[in-house]
Amino acid sequence: MLTLQFVPYSEIEDLGPARRVKKLLDIAKENKIVLLEGRLKKEEEADLIAITMEEIDEKFKGIELAVINPQKKDMGFLRSIKAGMISMLLGDRQGFTIIGPATVVKEIKKDPDKIQLYTQENKSKRKKR
Amino acid sequence: MISIIKVFLNRFKSLFKKKKDVKLGLYGPPNGGKTTLANRICQDWLGEDMGSVSNVAHETREIQIKEQVHIEKDGKSLSFNLVDTPGIATKIDYEDFLKVGMKEKEAKQRAKEATKGVIDSIKWLDDMDVVIVVLDGTKDAYSQVNITIIGNLQARNIPVLLVANKIDLRKSNMKKIQAAFPQYEVIGISAKYGKNIDAFYDALLNLAA
Repeated sequence: MLTLQFVPYSEIEDLGPARRVKKLLDIAKENKIVLLEGRLKKEEEADLIAITMEEIDEKFKGIELAVINPQKKDMGFLRSIKAGMISMLLGDRQGFTIIGPATVVKEIKKDPDKIQLYTQENKSKRKKR
Repeated sequence: MISIIKVFLNRFKSLFKKKKDVKLGLYGPPNGGKTTLANRICQDWLGEDMGSVSNVAHETREIQIKEQVHIEKDGKSLSFNLVDTPGIATKIDYEDFLKVGMKEKEAKQRAKEATKGVIDSIKWLDDMDVVIVVLDGTKDAYSQVNITIIGNLQARNIPVLLVANKIDLRKSNMKKIQAAFPQYEVIGISAKYGKNIDAFYDALLNLAA
């Protein structure tokens, strides 16, 4: 059975970079797939990978990671200004991040607005939008 | 006034920086061909190899540095210390090494060294002056590791050259890689056979010289 844990951005908003990463990684280490509202900063993504490496042992093999941040193409002038304003207001709350333990998630394939998640158990394909 | 002083100090520092050794890093996922490209560069300009290559992932597990590489082409030149880094991955499973015939002890040791290598690669990001991101031209470029590496270089204002390696293989798809990173020019090469390597040196000199 797959367990997906939703983490609202408000739960990590006030945490420092190290505690943010640790909180998300701790959930993944419980064999749950983390669905985070929003995204980490680029430096925090690198920290997440580095800390994941430190934690790897015979049981925990690492993570699969994907960040989705849909960017609308071919918007008109007014709509692109509106999108820019929303982006300024929401910042890292936009989009979402998936962190799956490698023992559960075999691969995450993505293109700009679609994620395909392949699990280890049955290698079945699950789609999210 | 303070901001003017800061700008002046930064310019002074960057002038000074040009005199010290430029660190040119090779970054990317495992098995993209970073060491093969490092060997190609070193063979072309120093007449010697830099490191060993293998089809098994995580062959390079320590940072390798070749000092004082000097390249010169069409009146442009660049001297740098070439830094070959271990491939960055989000997961490492020793059992994958068992599948290619390694003994358990050796596989576990390789996995342990590989995790340390990834950490070192990430730590070294801050020390780089220019980075070549080496992608496997036959694989999906839109992986989060690639995006994270490039995003981190962008956040640090480090000049980046994207290279799609293995274009000698039929499975390679330059269009897909270019489409994944439309804001960058992608140079397709075969580091193994030297295909399109002149275009690579031209792009490198344009970026960093």
